[in-house]
Amino acid sequence: MTLISKTLVGALALTTALAAPLKADPTAEVLHYWTSGGEAQAVKALQEAFAARGGSWVDAPVAGGGGDAQAAVLRARVLAGDPPAAVQIKGPNIQEWAEAGALGDLSAVATAQNWDAVLPAAIQDIVKYEGNYVAVPVNVHRVDWIWANPEVLAKVGATVPTTWDEFNETADKLLAAGIIPLAHGGQPWQDATVFETVVLGIGGVDFYRKALVELDMDALGSDTMVAVFDQMRKMRGYVDPDFPGRDWNLATAMVMRGEAAMQIMGDWAKGEFAAAGKVPGVDYICASTPSENGYLLNSDSFAMFNVSGEDNVEGQALLAELILGTDFQETFNVLKGSIPARTDVPRDSFDDCAIKSMDDMVSAAEGNTLLGSMAHEIAQAGAVRGAFIDVATAHFNSDMSSADAVAQLVDAIKLAQ
Amino acid sequence: MTHPPLKIADRIARWLPQIVVAPCFAAILFFVYGFIAWTAYISFTKSKMLPNYNLIGTRPYERLFQMDRWGVAQENLFIFGILFIAFAIVIGCLLAVLLDQKIRAEGFIRTIYLYPMAISFIITGTAWKWIMNPSLGLETVVRSWGWESFSFGWTNDANLAVYALVMAAVWQSAGFVMALFLSALRSVDQDIIKAASLDGASPWKIYMRIILPSMRPVFMSAIVILSHLAIKSFDLVVALTGGGPGYSSTLPANFMYEMTFRRNEIGIGAASAMIMLATVAAIMVPYLYSELRGKKHV
Repeated sequence: MTLISKTLVGALALTTALAAPLKADPTAEVLHYWTSGGEAQAVKALQEAFAARGGSWVDAPVAGGGGDAQAAVLRARVLAGDPPAAVQIKGPNIQEWAEAGALGDLSAVATAQNWDAVLPAAIQDIVKYEGNYVAVPVNVHRVDWIWANPEVLAKVGATVPTTWDEFNETADKLLAAGIIPLAHGGQPWQDATVFETVVLGIGGVDFYRKALVELDMDALGSDTMVAVFDQMRKMRGYVDPDFPGRDWNLATAMVMRGEAAMQIMGDWAKGEFAAAGKVPGVDYICASTPSENGYLLNSDSFAMFNVSGEDNVEGQALLAELILGTDFQETFNVLKGSIPARTDVPRDSFDDCAIKSMDDMVSAAEGNTLLGSMAHEIAQAGAVRGAFIDVATAHFNSDMSSADAVAQLVDAIKLAQ
Repeated sequence: MTHPPLKIADRIARWLPQIVVAPCFAAILFFVYGFIAWTAYISFTKSKMLPNYNLIGTRPYERLFQMDRWGVAQENLFIFGILFIAFAIVIGCLLAVLLDQKIRAEGFIRTIYLYPMAISFIITGTAWKWIMNPSLGLETVVRSWGWESFSFGWTNDANLAVYALVMAAVWQSAGFVMALFLSALRSVDQDIIKAASLDGASPWKIYMRIILPSMRPVFMSAIVILSHLAIKSFDLVVALTGGGPGYSSTLPANFMYEMTFRRNEIGIGAASAMIMLATVAAIMVPYLYSELRGKKHV
């Protein structure tokens, strides 16, 4: 295996050496899993910008949603001593790779481009290791959204709820009227997505930070957490019986068709509405889930691995500069439906939901209520995230009591640490 | 009289089988047993995202057995394994006996029953997912015929999802068991059967007392083949239930994949793989032992 790959790499190096002119071009091999639809288009935009600056891009896409397949490839490449230049990884995984000593240092580009001034502190924390930039953020997705069908809500004389009590009231009215209040897909990550918005709403920003970010055992075992699971049990009553296993985009379609009133999902759901030709504010409403100005962010990023050779180092620096450049941040995020990670990008080409998201992110950053999502691998990753998801989904899909769920949560998190 | 000295060609000819088999043997030794040893070693380390070679004793196993998800996976394997093997053998055996009644178009019918075996578990799982989906599949169809109270939502019920797995797996494998039994039925000595019927034994008695007991080795092979199919089941779960609702229908193989490749817990993944290996060994070793010992006496 290693022998074959080494021979291949050798052969490849030989052919490039023979083919390439004497002056080395900036080169970057990019490992990513954006292989479908808007994401593939967005990557193409980056490729073109990179080529326009004289770089040669070596594309290494690994299909398979969520990046499981990519993670396996990355591990093998790093262990073989041949890491790609840039890899699409996010959240605490960046820190883990940095700790393993696999990531390069982007301080030079960061200082030259003044990244500290344009990135919110919460995002800097994600992509910095021991004070140095090791990764570049590409976008920000907000997770705590309610996507609502205003026509359906109007049938029971309701608007989008702004508190969880109001949410329950509205949902009960919808149930009585024979409408599914909450469109939901019963997959563990979707259960966890609803769970974390409820933690943020019922417990508040500080509680979220203590329980889901700092893993404070008192907070995890507190009565507030019991109240969170009580609310989850109510939410279980608001979904239709066919929810297990349903994909999130099918749930979004239920809201579009008026079968269901609301969905709690990140802003990738907007792409589904847009593809169906729906207009925000008219055909659908995007509102944040009830919370005290909290903002749960999910951010994709490219981590830069240690590479050798002048062309590779140059290519990596160029790539980093381009990814966080205003041009790319604008084109990419309009295509993907997310918002730029930097706060000074022109807003003309973004829709109303994106602009609301940008405003909220700036004010959340100022009020220190900008938090990483647990379900989407920003606040937690790997084993701890898995433990949260296990308990949230086990509780949601059974008749477990809230007190049992809390006890199980505390045990599971202790075990995973 | 002395033997003439062996020519080189003869010597090579004598060693040829060993030479031909050697590369294959070496590859298996390395890629199968070598990696089993590696996994065993890793299962005693604190490996997280990357393999780590510092031994920490049995801690990964202790953590493994404290995890609720692993408990559920093991319990599911127990239920799934027993029901799958039992139903596949009973149904396969019944089909074989019925096909053995010198019926018309036997070849055609046999092919139909054997055909599911040609399909991968992913396809089986996906097809059954649609059949068992309450709003797409059987439930809606039967209700549209007028039986309004009919309900069939096993995949959506955390307590029943594992039985949905059994149903799909039996559908896939019963035909294969049938083929095994059919060939065994055909090889039973016809003279004994004739003698028995001359003595006035009913067909039922002939099957129960003579034919089926003489097929004991086939039963053993069927059990061994089906039990390792059950233990390594992975794709069926992925396609049919996704392990859900929640993680109620996850099996040990899915658990191993989840830990190793999604949760950066290579140590626990390796520990669960070793437990699976031990489970397979617990079934295979006594079987191989009895088989090998049995042969010597023949």
